[in-house]
Amino acid sequence: MPTAPRYHLNVTDHRAKLVIEGDWTVHTLSAVQPELSHLEAADVQALEVDLTGVGRFDTAAAFLIDRFACVQGIDAIEVEGGSDGMRQLLTQAASLRPKPQEETPHEEPHGLVDLLERTGRTTSSLVNEVVDTLAFFGETLMSMFMALVRPTRMRWTALVAVMEDSGLDAVPIVAFLSFFVGMVIAFIGASTLSEFGATIFTVELVGIAVLREFGVVLTAVILAGRTNSAFTAQIGAMRMRQEVDAMTTLGLDPMDVLVVPRAFAMLIMTPVLTLVAMLFGIGGGAFVSWVALDINPTVFLNRIQEFVPIENFWVGMSKAPVFGMIVALVGCRQGLLVGGSVQSLGRSTTKSVVQALFSVIVIDALFAVFYMELGW
Amino acid sequence: MAKVAIKVRDLRTSYSSHVVHEHLDMDVYEGEIVGVIGPSGSGKSVLLRAIVGLKKPDCGTVEVYGENVTGLEGDELREVQTLWGIMFQDGALFSNLTVRENVMAPMREHTDLSKPFMRQLADQKIRMAGLETSAGDKFPSDLSGGMRKRAALARALALDPPILFLDEPTAGLDPITAGAFDKLVRDLQQSLSLTVFLVTHDLDTLAATCDRIVALGDKRVVAAGTMDELRAMDQPWLQEYFGGPRGRAAAAGVK
Ligand SMILES: Nc1ncnc2c1ncn2[C@@H]1O[C@H](COP(=O)(O)OP(=O)(O)O)[C@@H](O)[C@H]1O
Ligand SMILES: [Mg+2]
Repeated sequence: MPTAPRYHLNVTDHRAKLVIEGDWTVHTLSAVQPELSHLEAADVQALEVDLTGVGRFDTAAAFLIDRFACVQGIDAIEVEGGSDGMRQLLTQAASLRPKPQEETPHEEPHGLVDLLERTGRTTSSLVNEVVDTLAFFGETLMSMFMALVRPTRMRWTALVAVMEDSGLDAVPIVAFLSFFVGMVIAFIGASTLSEFGATIFTVELVGIAVLREFGVVLTAVILAGRTNSAFTAQIGAMRMRQEVDAMTTLGLDPMDVLVVPRAFAMLIMTPVLTLVAMLFGIGGGAFVSWVALDINPTVFLNRIQEFVPIENFWVGMSKAPVFGMIVALVGCRQGLLVGGSVQSLGRSTTKSVVQALFSVIVIDALFAVFYMELGW
Repeated sequence: MAKVAIKVRDLRTSYSSHVVHEHLDMDVYEGEIVGVIGPSGSGKSVLLRAIVGLKKPDCGTVEVYGENVTGLEGDELREVQTLWGIMFQDGALFSNLTVRENVMAPMREHTDLSKPFMRQLADQKIRMAGLETSAGDKFPSDLSGGMRKRAALARALALDPPILFLDEPTAGLDPITAGAFDKLVRDLQQSLSLTVFLVTHDLDTLAATCDRIVALGDKRVVAAGTMDELRAMDQPWLQEYFGGPRGRAAAAGVK
């Protein structure tokens, strides 16, 4: 058990004598540090430290005592007693005193100016972000085009692996969630339309909603959460360990190796997943209609074929590759932006998911306006 | 003979079917710097991990100051952890904290010093490890490899532990920085009478700092003794290790 540190300060004739006793280690110092730090020995020119009664003594203690001397403006401490090691520690502490200008690390924040500065920075970085994303989009398109022109440059293994990983493996969750969303739409339709005695229109509601919007948007949202973040994390981890740099020096273009296969994979798999989502969404709607409204599935399907224009399907499908590209692009770009730290990986992943979701919803709205003008 | 600080007996460690150590016995005496050498992959880092409780051994015991520390958990483990500071092979600094906060982390956990004093003490440790005070505000990812090693040493020294584990501290440093590092370790060892467990491949470091050398190979300790004793041994790997051009140069440098 360590004994508590004690000290005693004597000032005579501009000479201070500090007698210390007990164990002075980093674990015990808290008992004396506040006092000793604030102690003012007026007008002393020399300091003598008596270490005779000291048990253990470490660098923290040496630092504290040297600091005391430093605050009083004393350069050299005279040491009495103590082992060679203790003296050595005090000498070392004195040699490591911070330079005066290093002592004022904290700047006062200025509330309003800071706020304005932050706002400005955020705005300009937002603009940059949009421009950079578009630039990256162009670069990716270029690389994809090159890969099409010269198929030998294409990484087929990587392409198939990504297709399996982010396409095939996502089928169960896409199917499951779409089924439930289809059910919810049918329920809402059933309860609302029954007030007008028009429950049969539930079929149109489900058909149009799922084919036109929900199938593709739901797929895109699931991909943004699942695949997009995976892309960022995979590429980001490679950036963190400088694998991407190594790749570049070996003459491999990260665009070709990392981005193009992912972009193509998403381009191919998103429509497939969207189709799955549509089928299961309608299945969910048909199930509820059957159970709750007594609409026979055959009737349901016939009515969909007859009264839901096929354009709805094509409108939905046309959005799928676009959303797939968004997910791949945002994911890869954020991954390539990861710096050296774990923190930046986390930040990039969050940003990537947020950006992908944001873009998907905004572009979906643009599509809606576009197709409305076309009159589809 | 000095007291034994770390005593490893009949240690066996493995990763699934891959046995790293078997029947490994080793002693580290109080107040010495022991250098651990061995071919890459011979299990130096794993031995270090087994001693500090990061790798659970299959069997065998590790005693530190006569107390069995194998398989400790919870508060008991926390207690013995103040006995040592560890500098990992690649630094293992917390990347979301600044260097100063990294050094303060163990102080926060194990002492109740005031915040301002902790900051100042952390700055002192940073200077002690040979970095500028201004490096304290930087994040580990903004430092060079050598600076990261120094920051890791500063963190290992934060609580002035009696035992210091260093895993290849000078690997990848320029000779001058490495030399300063050696001197730093030696000086600290003398003024604090530390026990140092030093894994290294740097023959200069071995020659300049180590009191005794332990050579790992073949899943156990193949040789232990001073550099001269090991040099005289009739063991092919040791012969090649010390007898090569680098080994001779290091020996000449010390004489
Ligand atoms: N986490 C791990 N999982 C599986 N094997 C490991 C792990 N860490 C180390 N090993 C194996 O243990 C052996 C010793 O590794 P290590 O102690 O790091 O070598 P070194 O002596 O170069 O420090 C190596 O063969 C390595 O493959
Ligand atoms: Mg190692």
